[in-house]
Amino acid sequence: MIIAVASGKGGTGKTTVVTNLAWLLKSEGVTLLDCDVEEPNSALFLRPKWEESNSFRQFVPEVDLEKCTYCGQCSQLCQFGAIITVKENILVFPELCHSCLGCKRICPVDAIGDGERELGTVSVGRAGAIRFVQGELRIGEAQAPPLIREVKLRGIVPARKNVVLIDSPPGTSCPVIEAVKGSDLVVLVTEPTPFGLHDLKLAVEMVRTLKLRCGLVINRSTIGDRKVWSYCQEENIPILLEIADDRRIAEVYSRGELVVEALPEYRKAFRHLYQQILTLTKRN
Amino acid sequence: MKEIVILSGKGGTGKTTLTASLAALWKNKVTADCDVDAADLHLILRPEIKQRTDFYGGKEAVIDLEKCTQCGQCQEVCVFDAIDADFVVSEINCEGCGACYYFCPAEAISLIDRHSGEWYLSETRFGPLVHARLGIAEENSGKLVSLVKGQAKMLAEQRHLETILVDGSPGIGCPVISSLAGADLVLVVTEPTISAKHDMERIFSLAKHFGVPAAAVVNKYDLNENLTEEVESLCHREGVELLGRISYDPVVTEAMVQGKAIVEYTDGTVAQEVRNILGNLQAAL
Ligand code: SF4
Ligand code: SF4
Ligand code: SF4
Ligand code: SF4
Repeated sequence: MIIAVASGKGGTGKTTVVTNLAWLLKSEGVTLLDCDVEEPNSALFLRPKWEESNSFRQFVPEVDLEKCTYCGQCSQLCQFGAIITVKENILVFPELCHSCLGCKRICPVDAIGDGERELGTVSVGRAGAIRFVQGELRIGEAQAPPLIREVKLRGIVPARKNVVLIDSPPGTSCPVIEAVKGSDLVVLVTEPTPFGLHDLKLAVEMVRTLKLRCGLVINRSTIGDRKVWSYCQEENIPILLEIADDRRIAEVYSRGELVVEALPEYRKAFRHLYQQILTLTKRN
Repeated sequence: MKEIVILSGKGGTGKTTLTASLAALWKNKVTADCDVDAADLHLILRPEIKQRTDFYGGKEAVIDLEKCTQCGQCQEVCVFDAIDADFVVSEINCEGCGACYYFCPAEAISLIDRHSGEWYLSETRFGPLVHARLGIAEENSGKLVSLVKGQAKMLAEQRHLETILVDGSPGIGCPVISSLAGADLVLVVTEPTISAKHDMERIFSLAKHFGVPAAAVVNKYDLNENLTEEVESLCHREGVELLGRISYDPVVTEAMVQGKAIVEYTDGTVAQEVRNILGNLQAAL
């Protein structure tokens, strides 16, 4: 079972939900994938011991100037302006390349070889019984999706019937799509404020575009207004859990601790959340 | 003309709330919302849209099934797995790289411009606003950010405005990198949590990478004062100027629910803190 935890707006408690759920499920063979590769934070709470950490690289063209005839076919094909031919000169802009291999395939004289650019690192480890895979985007690198794809490839072992939890990036554009794709349920986390509701609507639209199912966690449910609840009713979105505003949770979070450890009275709530998730995914 | 980009790394630290108040107080500026993926600033600024323009960010492949001979070439060259068994292109997977188009022997594939969102020129009670909306599941947020910034700059020149105030995206990827290009200062809004501190360090490295000086504000500082001090000494070590602290106060959410900037809604402590930050920010420029 693959559960992606996402939110339109950042900072609503996505990482709190993922890490606390993982802790609760640790005896069930859970894997946590931190796909928020721009700002991976789950490890700050679960403090895994890393077993390996590898740089993730992707193809960029490397032109052999001895062979190149400056015919310009590669530049014509490339839609991203990543390889430019001007007269007797050819320039590659690795940071613009999407690694589609088109230039290499089309080159009539085989002048393009395999260069590479580092997108970031993928680390694999364990936090007690929790298997942990994390991607970390290199500073200055713009493209998160291929790295997210790699984290999922490493982390999701198809044969295994365990629970996979995905910490997704915020927003609704390509990095989030890559993270939530293929999951059995998307748990959206929101706050009942105008910003929270506005971004929740976008996230729901995203989930529906992908034809996935979602449920909602309303965090800090006692702040703001009641509009999130009426929206959920109109749109038929199941509310899986409400967590009241509690300064102690914010303080526990600020120190990088788990709510279920520091405030054991919340274990019941997260267990309830997992039950709700199970019920929803079984209703297939 | 000066351009200030407000970033946070981690989402939800109060970036947009602070931007809205700075927009309310600052004269002679253009505001640009470059959080094109989940734009929220308009909920406070309540813009009156004057001009709406479509945004075509990239290409997408379309297969004409009448012409297609089902040879399978396109599926072989597409490294993004975007062409299914029935030779239909998945809009979500297609990156518009053009490889299939060039290799189809039957000329059955066309590359069309992809409608990826829209952008707006608006007026608000705090002056002009340039903002945008990236379509759901779209790419090219970086291009849209550059476009919004370019428009804001043009507007500032036309109207002889001295400052561009840019609300950025969370993270450090494509839209954030685009929002940094050509900026004079990055204002990082952080909070005293270990995640926000971690993310702030990544933003500082990014700013350094692109040669943009950074300043910082600690929001909700009283949530964990020890950590606030740690965050602040980290800023000192990094040579990042601290422009102030903001208290943890429910009035911030109340103002948001009313669709108002904090400084419009109250004259209390938080509003005073924001005014000081503006003063320090203007001095830093
Ligand atoms: S297609 Fe090959 S030969 Fe032609 S310009 Fe490109 S690299 Fe050179
Ligand atoms: S691999 Fe694709 S994106 Fe990269 S340079 Fe070649 S054609 Fe352009
Ligand atoms: S390459 Fe062209 S003809 Fe061949 S399957 Fe694809 S679309 Fe059809
Ligand atoms: S344009 Fe590129 S990504 Fe899109 S279907 Fe063709 S080969 Fe695949």
